Amino acid sequence: MSAEAIRGNSRSILAYAAEHPGATLAAIVFGIIAVMAAFAPLIAPQNPFDLASFDLLDAELPPIWLEGSDPRFLLGTDAQGRDLFSAILYGTRISLMVGILAVVIQAAIGVPLGLWAGYAGGRVDSAVTRMADIQLSLSTLMMAIIVMALFRAGLGGETLSRYAVPLLVIVIGLAEWPFFARTARAAAQVEAAKDYVRAGRALGASSFAIVHRHILPNISSPLIVVATTQVAGAIMAEAALSFLGLGMPVTKPSLGTLIRSGYDLMFAGAWWVTILPGLVLIGLLISVNVLGDALRDALNPRLVRR
Amino acid sequence: MKELAAGAALLGQRLIQAVLVMLAILVIAFAVRSALGDPLREIIGEAVPEAERAKLAQELGLDAPWPVQLARYLGNAATGDLGTSYIYKRPTAEVILAKFPASFELVLGASLIVLLLSVPAGIYCAVRPSAFGAKSILSLSVLGISVPVFLTGIFLITIFSVWLGWLPAFGRGDTVDLGFWETGLLTRDGLAHLILPAITLSSIMLPLFIRLVRGAMLDELGHDYVRTARAKGARPLRVWLSHALRNALVPLVAVGGLQVGTLIAYTLLTETVFQWPGMGFLFLEAVTRADVPLITTYLFFVGLLFVITNTLVDILSLMLDPRISLEGTR
Repeated sequence: MSAEAIRGNSRSILAYAAEHPGATLAAIVFGIIAVMAAFAPLIAPQNPFDLASFDLLDAELPPIWLEGSDPRFLLGTDAQGRDLFSAILYGTRISLMVGILAVVIQAAIGVPLGLWAGYAGGRVDSAVTRMADIQLSLSTLMMAIIVMALFRAGLGGETLSRYAVPLLVIVIGLAEWPFFARTARAAAQVEAAKDYVRAGRALGASSFAIVHRHILPNISSPLIVVATTQVAGAIMAEAALSFLGLGMPVTKPSLGTLIRSGYDLMFAGAWWVTILPGLVLIGLLISVNVLGDALRDALNPRLVRR
Repeated sequence: MKELAAGAALLGQRLIQAVLVMLAILVIAFAVRSALGDPLREIIGEAVPEAERAKLAQELGLDAPWPVQLARYLGNAATGDLGTSYIYKRPTAEVILAKFPASFELVLGASLIVLLLSVPAGIYCAVRPSAFGAKSILSLSVLGISVPVFLTGIFLITIFSVWLGWLPAFGRGDTVDLGFWETGLLTRDGLAHLILPAITLSSIMLPLFIRLVRGAMLDELGHDYVRTARAKGARPLRVWLSHALRNALVPLVAVGGLQVGTLIAYTLLTETVFQWPGMGFLFLEAVTRADVPLITTYLFFVGLLFVITNTLVDILSLMLDPRISLEGTR
C-alpha cells in the first residue's frame, strides 16, 4: 500500500526501502502472513475445521525442531491432535477476515457521517460529534466484551459459535466508527473551504456530488492511515474476545482461540500450542501498526517528524 | 457559593446521564435475554423434566414477559436488592463487592508502575526529542501497543514462572482479611503474586500514557511562557516540572480519565490470564454459567465506576485549571 506514497514522492521503491528499514521489514512480514493466510487451503497439510481427521494419538506433539516430534507436523499438534501449522494458517485467515470486515463496517458508518458533519456543519456536525464522543468515552473494547457476553449468556455457547463471525464483525464494526468519523470530519472541514468546492457549487453541482465525488477522493490519504491502524485494533479486539471465550469457537479457531485453548497445556509443558499462534498474532499486529505509522509519515508531508 | 451550586448541578446532570445509560443497558440486557435464550437450560441442563422446569422458572420469576421482569428488577433494586446469584446463592452485590479488593489492588499496582515510569519517560521524550533514548522509548511503545495484554501475561508466565520458576503464575497467594477488605499487600506471598499481573496490566497502559505525557508536554513547551521562564534564568528542570508539567496535567487528566473503560477491559483480560480472583474473572464465570443476576449487577457496578471516575476527572480538571468554569463544562 505504501506504493502510492512512493509514487507521490517520485522516488524509487529501493531508495524508500533503504531509508525506512523498519517499514520495509513490516511490509515484508505482513505480506508473507497475508499471502499465507489467503492461500491457507492450498498450503495447509490438513483441514483444521474437520474434527474427524484428527487422531488423538497425535496429540501434543512438539514442533519438528524438538525431540519427539513427527515430520508430518511442522509446528507440532494441539490437545486434539490438530496440526498446529494448518490451524495457525486458517486462524490467521479468520483473524484477518474479521479484522478487515469490521473496519469496512466502521468506515461505511463513520466516513459518510464524518463527511457530512464536516461539510454541512451546524446541527448535523454537533449531533455527529456528540454521538462520537459518547461512544468513545464508553471504551470500545469494554462495550464489545459486554455485548458479546450478553449474547453468550443469552444464546448459550453453541448457538453463539455458529454466528460468531458475523457477530464479531458487527460488534467490532459498530464499536469504532467514531475514529473514521473524526478523521473524515476534520479533513472535510478543511476541503469544504477550498476553491474547487466553491467552484463546484457555483457550477450547480449537488451537495451529494460535491461531497462524494470531489471531497472524498481528496481526503483518502488520512482515511487510509486510519484504516490501517483500525485493522490492527480490530484484529486485537477479535483476539481479545476469542481469548476470553466470547469470540470464535474451538471448532473454528482464530488466533485468539488458539492461544486460549493452548493456554491450559502450557503448564503441562506444551508451550508451542499457545506461544506460536501468539508470535504470529504479534507479528501481524506490529507489522500493521508500523505500516500505519509509515503511511502516516509518507502521506502527510505536513507532519514532519518531531 | 455560585461555584458550589454549579458543581451540584453538574453532578446532578452526570447522575441523570448515568441513570439513562444504565437503564439503556438494562433494557437491552433483559430484551436480549428473553429474545435469545433460556437461562434455565444453562443453569440446570436439558435433562430436567418439564414440570420441574416450569416450577423453577416461576420461582426465579422467569415466566413473566421481559418488561415485567425488568420492572420487578428495578423495584427490587430501589430497595437495595440487586438479585441473588444463581451460582453462589448469595446477594449479587455481596458476591461482587467481595471480589473488589482483588481487582482494586491489581489496578493500584499497575497504576503505580504506569505513573512512576510514564511521567519521567514522557517528559524526557518531549524535552530531548532527537535523543537516541527518546527514539528508542517511542519505538518500544509501538511494540507495547502492538502486543495484546493477554500475550504479555502469557510470555511473562512462560519466562518467570515456567522456565525460571521465580514468581507464581496464578491466584493471589496468601491474603489477610481486614474484615471489610481482603488484602494481598501485607504478605510476602501476596506481593509476589501481584508482581507479574501488575506488570502485565501496566505494559498495555504504559505506551499510551508515555505518548500522552509527551504530547501534552510538547504542546506546553511551545508556549511563550516557557521561553519567558527560561529567559528569566529559571533552571530547565524547574521549567519542565513546575511550569510545563503543571499545565500539561490538565489535558492529561482529561484524556487519561477517558481510559477507565479500557482499563476495566484490560483488567478483565489480565485477571483471566492469571486467574486473579477479581471482578472481571467473576464476570466471565457468570457469563459462561449464564448467571444473569450476577451479570446484571456487574454491569451496574461498571456503570457506577464510569460515573464516579468521570465526575472525579471533572473535579480534578477544575482544581488543576482555574480557567475552566463549571458552567463551561457540559
